[in-house]
Amino acid sequence: MDFGLSQEQQMLRDAVAKCLADTCPLEHVRECAERDNPISDKVLAALQGLGIPGMMIPEEYGGLGMTLLDAALVAEQLAYAVAPVSFLASHVLAPLALSEAGSEDQKVGWLPKIASGEARISLAISETIEARDGAGVTCRGGKLNGTALFALDFAGADAFMVADTTGRLHLVPANASGLEKIPLTTIDRTRSVGELRFGRVTAEPLADDSGFTAERLRDAGRILLAADSLGAGQAMIEKAVDYSGQREQFGRVIGSFQAVKHMCAEMAAHHEPCRSLIWYAAYAYEAMPEEVSLAACHAKSHTGEVHRFVARTSTEVHGGMGFTDLIGLHYWFKRIGFDRQVLGGPELVRAEAAALQGWIKAA
Amino acid sequence: MDLDYGPEYDAFREEVRLFLKTHGHRAPTDDGRAARPSAEAVAWQNLLIEHGYTARTIPKEYGGYGAEPDILKSRIIAEEFTRAGIPGGLSNQGISMLVPTLLELGTEEQKRQWVEPTLKGEVVWCQGYSEPGAGSDLASLKTSARVENGKFVINGQKIWTSTAKQADMIFCLVRTEPDASKHGGISYLIFSMDSPGIEVRPLKTMTGHAEFNETFFTDVRVPVEQIVGERGQGWLVANATLGHERGMLGDPDALENRFQALVRLMQEERIGQGRAIDNAVLRDRLGALQAEVAAMKCNGMRILSNSLKGETGGMAKLIVKLQSCELAHQISALAIDAMGEMGILYSGSARERMQGTWQWNYMFQLGLIIGGGTAQIQKNIIAERGLDMPREPKLPRISGAAKEKADMLRQKQGSA
Repeated sequence: MDFGLSQEQQMLRDAVAKCLADTCPLEHVRECAERDNPISDKVLAALQGLGIPGMMIPEEYGGLGMTLLDAALVAEQLAYAVAPVSFLASHVLAPLALSEAGSEDQKVGWLPKIASGEARISLAISETIEARDGAGVTCRGGKLNGTALFALDFAGADAFMVADTTGRLHLVPANASGLEKIPLTTIDRTRSVGELRFGRVTAEPLADDSGFTAERLRDAGRILLAADSLGAGQAMIEKAVDYSGQREQFGRVIGSFQAVKHMCAEMAAHHEPCRSLIWYAAYAYEAMPEEVSLAACHAKSHTGEVHRFVARTSTEVHGGMGFTDLIGLHYWFKRIGFDRQVLGGPELVRAEAAALQGWIKAA
Repeated sequence: MDLDYGPEYDAFREEVRLFLKTHGHRAPTDDGRAARPSAEAVAWQNLLIEHGYTARTIPKEYGGYGAEPDILKSRIIAEEFTRAGIPGGLSNQGISMLVPTLLELGTEEQKRQWVEPTLKGEVVWCQGYSEPGAGSDLASLKTSARVENGKFVINGQKIWTSTAKQADMIFCLVRTEPDASKHGGISYLIFSMDSPGIEVRPLKTMTGHAEFNETFFTDVRVPVEQIVGERGQGWLVANATLGHERGMLGDPDALENRFQALVRLMQEERIGQGRAIDNAVLRDRLGALQAEVAAMKCNGMRILSNSLKGETGGMAKLIVKLQSCELAHQISALAIDAMGEMGILYSGSARERMQGTWQWNYMFQLGLIIGGGTAQIQKNIIAERGLDMPREPKLPRISGAAKEKADMLRQKQGSA
């Protein structure tokens, strides 16, 4: 029995952390965040050196064949550095879906190119969780119609993986005729999302006899968003502690006042158990698939709540400076805001968890 | 990550399950809150010791089962008893705090005299640590013990001495070296509660019960050999036991049990035609608490794993008392809200649910947030030891004359 990270996992985490410390300073994040397409080729190229784009792809297709817990550790580090790169959809969820539910042609066609960094696939499954503004995509006779919102890792994608209203997944090349792509601007300028409009677009479905479902993709996505939130929260707590150890008022560093210490202690006390909860959920994805949906709900909803508190509290510890653009604390604040809402906010996710346990009849 | 315990442990788990199936009906039915264990509870305790399901690692010669320490086996025992809803061994302050202290720091004679009867429920202890003027700042305690004719002569007052009325013995912190430093002048004494000069007054709390007492000492005489550790080392001896208490207050299995009881309550309690759990707002709060309980359970597994590897618990461990006590209180708060008006019934009223347990818990758990190191002291510990933040600077003590002068100045300024 070992509830913890293996040596390889610790090495992976440290290698990604070092890579990002070297290539992704805050000034670089700022430059990228100003652009329409924030994705940093420089940082992606550095991550390519560690094999990150192919980490979830089976070795036979040129990847590293790693686990969701490995991916969670990478997500945590990316958020810690507020790295403006594609990851969740293009390098974890889309490869997972292709590996488990793709036809052999689809695997051979996409997986090696994703692993090598030549291709990226964006993912749009939000409507399987909550359809807003009447969005939703239907499939009839191999043609897609409708709208999909919040396609993740949107900018520069070579193809889109889209869930239709029955939860079935389809692949659409970026240059398909009848497909309209509209970028959406969010609070978080380190990640790219967009809207897809389909007018009789020819799509290629993923095989649906594999038992792989949009639900499973949603579980993995929620766990990784929680891990992202964990990394951003960790950075915000460290920054609060550092800042309060330097800033002096009333002739003392403010970190020696109990009012400030207790804010930091409360952040740490709520934050630390989230780490274990996320490890458990990520481990469950492969090891205990019957438990993963509930564990993913817990991880997503709980870190959403905890890190909203961490984000505002860390900002408050920084005083007026935390509210400015000068020190850039808001990049982490906004990353946490994004992680909380995407693929279901806490209330919605808790309602799903209740249904999963038979507390209520499923809606 | 590998949550598989392996075949040896799976077999052990089967053994525990079989025991519970065969003997579970012999477990005591009282709620375990009684200070002196019932005959039923003592018999259960002895059966558990015999099988190694409590006092497991305490050496045989002191009345334990004598197994090698094995954290996983202890964990499996706790898990299986929890799952079966069957109470484990006795857990009072003598067993959870005094026994580990004696085993670590007591003399051979002390171990032989006290450990076995304590384990078997024959000797009940109370703890004499806090004083009216020494709570969070425990080391400032003033109860004194001077030596006269080979005896300590104790004078002073203790507070929060739970079970003092029923206890046979007390383990007590007293100041034996008045000229030494604050922490270096304390000794850890053990003595009979029947000693002349001890007066116990019940301390009624907000729950309506007297779960605690105030204990007064007037020239209480105790033989000098009834000391654990050396004179002046009492602070170190006590800290060994405080660690055990904090472990006791943050048990994730207890949280899971309370949470499951809350789910049952919300499924059974009716509001009109529906159940409490059918109310979306109450259900959402239930879901939020469940995620927190899950996080604390995972945190507990991580701490367990760290100790298996001989690592310290770090931040994961520092936060347990603060988070668990708060969470337990929040679970009770939701139970009361789910009961609505029924939630205010108490003291054996008509229509009261579960003998008022949730109300009692709600109030008593607020006491636990304060006791055993207040939430605020816990936050100081997390900030200073966990986050390496600076300590509060020590202010110079203001002398009486300086205070008068400052007051005068302030008055002058006020009138100017």
